[in-house]
Parts: sequence; C-alpha cells; structure tokens
Amino acid sequence: MLQINKVNKIFNEGTPDEKMALSNIQLQLKKGDFVTIIGSNGAGKSTLMNIVSGKIFPDTGNVQIAGIDTTTMPEHKRAHYIGRVFQDPMAGTAPNMTIEENLAIAYNRTKTRTLRLGTSKKRRDFLCDQLATLHLGLENRLQAKVGLLSGGERQALSLLMATFTEPKILLLDEHTAALDPSRAELVTQLTKEIVEMHNLTTLMVTHNMQQALNLGNRLIMMDKGQIIFESDETEKQNLTVEKLMTEFQRIRGTQFMSDRALLA
Amino acid sequence: MPEAIFGAIEAGMIYAIMALGVYLSFRILDFPDLTVDGSFVTGAATAAILIVNGYHPLIATLAAVAAGFIAGAITGLLHTKGGINPLLAGILMMIALYSINLRIMGKPNLPLLREETVITGINNIWESIGLNGLFGSILNAIGLGDVLPSTWGVLIVMLIVTLCIKFLLDIFLRTEIGLALRATGDNEGMVHSFAANTKNMKVLGLAISNALVALSGALIAQYNGFSDAGMGIGMIVIGLASVIIGEAIFGHKTIVRATLAVIGGAIIYRIIIALAMRVPFLETGDMKLITALIVIIALILPRFINKLQEKQRKRKRLAELQAGNGGENFASN
Ligand SMILES: Nc1ncnc2c1ncn2[C@@H]1O[C@H](COP(=O)(O)OP(=O)(O)O)[C@@H](O)[C@H]1O
Ligand SMILES: [Mg+2]
Repeated sequence: MLQINKVNKIFNEGTPDEKMALSNIQLQLKKGDFVTIIGSNGAGKSTLMNIVSGKIFPDTGNVQIAGIDTTTMPEHKRAHYIGRVFQDPMAGTAPNMTIEENLAIAYNRTKTRTLRLGTSKKRRDFLCDQLATLHLGLENRLQAKVGLLSGGERQALSLLMATFTEPKILLLDEHTAALDPSRAELVTQLTKEIVEMHNLTTLMVTHNMQQALNLGNRLIMMDKGQIIFESDETEKQNLTVEKLMTEFQRIRGTQFMSDRALLA
Repeated sequence: MPEAIFGAIEAGMIYAIMALGVYLSFRILDFPDLTVDGSFVTGAATAAILIVNGYHPLIATLAAVAAGFIAGAITGLLHTKGGINPLLAGILMMIALYSINLRIMGKPNLPLLREETVITGINNIWESIGLNGLFGSILNAIGLGDVLPSTWGVLIVMLIVTLCIKFLLDIFLRTEIGLALRATGDNEGMVHSFAANTKNMKVLGLAISNALVALSGALIAQYNGFSDAGMGIGMIVIGLASVIIGEAIFGHKTIVRATLAVIGGAIIYRIIIALAMRVPFLETGDMKLITALIVIIALILPRFINKLQEKQRKRKRLAELQAGNGGENFASN
C-alpha cells in the first residue's frame, strides 16, 4: 500500500547548517499494516511523515501509494490518498468554522469540490452518525465553532475528520503528545478503534514507548535519519520497553537519552 | 438635512457592495488586499467608457464586473504564483491599475451627464409604474412628504440588488468550494491536508472580491454621473471602515449576520460622512482624514474597552475579598 524506496533528505545542503534528516530510508507497508515509529528528538520521524504527505520532497528516492508514484505529486493532490493528524490540536481544524462545516470540508477530501452546498440535510445526517462514534456528545453541537472545543475534543474531531473517508494511508505524528494523560488515553483508544474498524494502513509516530508497543502490528525505531531497528508482527508481541532500550544501546552504543522517551 | 441623509443611504447601499468585497478579502481570506483602490476605478472606467460609446448600461456594468474579476485574479496570482507578499501584491496591482484606468477612459475624467445609465433606467421605469406617487402619499400621510426626495426608485432597487448579492455571497460561502475558501483564511495547513488547493482558493476569492468592488465602482460612476481616475483613493480604508463599524454595531457571529452587518456599516459610514460635511469648518478634502480616524478609533476602542472591563473585574474581585466573602470564591475556583 505504501512503499518508500531509498529516500534521502538533506536540509540546508552546502551550508554550515547542513543536516542529514533522512538517510536511505526503505519501508514497505501492506494494506492494513499499522506501524508505530519511535526515536529520539530530531531522528527524522516528522520528516519521514512529511515526505509521505508531500509537505516536503525527497532529494533522492521515491514514494508510492497504492501503486501510484507520488514522489513529486503536490501535497493537496496527494491528500486524496492520505489522512493526517498533527501534534498540535489547533492544526487539523478550522477554529472559526462550525463542527459541521469542518466535517464537510473533510468529507470532500476524496472528491472534487463543486458549488453544491457543503452541508445538505442528507450529508448532515451522515456526519452526525460519524460524530456519534466518538461518544463525546459532539453530534449535539454541530453548530458550535471548533475553536470553542477543548484540546482533546479537537484532536478527537481531527482524528475523525482524517479517517471517516477511509484514506489509503493514515499519518499520525505524535497526535496525543500535546494532551493531558486522560485525554491522550481517550484519543489513543479512539485511534485503535477507528484504525481497526476501517482496517487503515497507518504510520504513527509516538514518543511513548508503551503506546508504541500496545498499538499496531509493527514497530520501527529511528535515529539520526536512519531506521535502526524494525520488528515484525511476531517479534513485536514479545517486545518490552526494557528490551527496546537495550536494543538501542546495543546498536548505538549509547544510552537512549531522550528525556521524553525515558518519561514514557 | 433629511435630503443629505437620504442621499447617504442611497450611496451607502451602492458602496455596501464594495464593502462586501472587502469583507471577503480581509475577513474571509485574511488577505489585506489593496487592489481595491484601483479596481473600484477600473469598474467605474470600464462602465463609463462603454456607456459613452453607446453600449447598453447593463452590458457596460457586467463588463466592469469582469474587469474587476480579472484584476483581483492577477493580484492573487502575483501572491500565490509569484510569491509576492499580500500587501505588496495589492499595492503593485493598485498602481498598475491607475495607469490602466487612465488608458481605459482616455482622460482623467469621463462625464456621463446626458447618457442613459442604469440609474436613469431605474428612475424611468420607476416613473412609468408610478410608485413615487404611492410612496409620496404614504409619507404625506405621516407628515414627511415635503422633506423627502421625490424618487425612491434608486434606493429600493439598490436595496434589492445589494441584498441579492449578500444572499448569493452567503450561499456561495456555504458551498463545498466556499467552505474550502473560508478554511483557507482560517487554517491554511488544514485545507492542504483535505485536498484543496489554497492557491486557487485565494485567486478565486480575490477575483470575486474585486469583481464586487468593480461593480460598486461602476454603479457609483453612474450614480454620480462621472468616472474619475482619483475616485478610488482611500477606497480600501472606506471598505474597512464599513466592515469594522458594521461588525461592531450589528455583530458577526455567523456569515449571514456579518454580511448584513457590513451593509449596515457601509450605510452608517456614509451617514457619518454626510453629517461631518455639514460641520462648518470641515472641507470635502478632510473626509479621508475622518475616515482614517474612524478606522483607527474602531480598531483601538475594543482593546481599550477590554482593558477597562478587566480592570473593573479585578477591582470587583478585590472588593469581594476585602468584604470577607471572597475566600470561598477562590477556594471554589
Ligand atoms: N524544514 C527544515 N529545515 C531545516 N532543518 C529541518 C527542517 N525540518 C527538520 N529539520 C531538521 O531535521 C532533523 C529531523 O527533524 P524531525 O524530522 O522533525 O525530527 P523528529 O524525529 O523529532 O520528528 C532535525 O535535526 C531538524 O532540526
Ligand atoms: Mg517530530
């Protein structure tokens, strides 16, 4: 479903700030694969997500989604295949528009926009049903401006908006990191349910090792722009946080020093 | 005096179309588009030259709308494809349009005195169905007959036209494209992730905005009986004043409410100017200064009021605390 071939990305090439953000990345996801990604700060996790979404383009290598070469396809076109949730709860929704209007915009992700009303009666019923699956009571607040929602509610809404149109690829970049623990737990639970329900092919970055172990069927660890560790479905079931830490130490010869990773 | 106010309402109704355009760029797209000063005149010039050359005034007016649409689209392209900052893109277009407008008219001022225009057309039709008599007698009955003007045609037709445009704009902003356009001004990154091209949205929004501005310019030229190369100076600030005054007085919770507020704001702005003109020591040339002052006050006042309210809240809280019943309040918070 997703194929990333020999992708390299260097920022600020030829300047003193030159930074090898991704180095020879090779990754394949089958339909329904749910891969969690961990790694220290600056490892290149977000850069990898941005390469897939088309926000940035690789220097070399290529990206294929559902058999289509999307390497040079602009972000808004590629979005036909991709659902995204960002770390910042403010990033995925339009604050001055209503919940219903936001959902209507998401509804059009896979379609060409026309001069039809975005929020017809029939569509409203459909969107309402979708909202009800979140169990947050948002279906009773269709006309509320999204800016009035709490961070957790906004992130749950973002997750719904990214997924109810069943994207070929779902990209989640630390989408629970900005929430307090109970809200993060809620959004994590929703993520699990939604991905399972639609059988979505998913890439999820998290700084929470336990979360990375609990969710998904595969796990990869990144450091300094490289994938340094991969575990497949069977290996992953026997992984623990301790084993991951030891693994990192063995490969890199240093302590896994990210304080955020240790906190997890 | 009532005569002047009546004229202000009439003109305000026409300027309201321009203000709706400014609302679209400034508020919906969050794009401070200065093209307006030029495109207003482009509308006036295009309509005027076509009318002088014998074209039907309605066709001339439609051509003006098209000219404004193109001007706005070019500003949008300068910004999105050319990567020029929004303010500068608008200023460049405004300056370029100044020359283009002179070329369109062939001279700095084009009178439409004895020409058949949309406005004379309205008056003629109005005359022929004899509605003035009806309105006149109603007003006579309530004792206002001799202080108000003899024709209501322009006011009522313009009211209908402006409300129709408002209505169409409201609907457009609820269509699939309209929603994407609004989101572009609200959260551009989000719009990308839902597969809409924000560059196209900006070009489209600016084109529609300037089409409305040009329509307003074309109608004002026909209303005033001339087109003038300088008639657009400060138009963007007038539009902004209308938007801000309208929002402050009538509120802007929903789009439907906000667009109505903008029309109200445009009319109130005209009334303020009409009243200011009657202050003995003020001259016509002072009106731009007054417009700027209105906008400055409207921008500063809300912040000032907020601060004042906050101070009052704090003082009240302090008083409660000193009165001895504040402790529980704090605890419960
Ligand atoms: N747009 C950019 N310009 C320059 N450097 C960047 C840019 N984006 C990321 N980087 C650098 O690339 C490296 C990887 O960043 P990122 O992918 O955001 O890491 P993370 O794994 O924490 O998400 C970092 O050193 C970062 O500073
Ligand atoms: Mg990151």
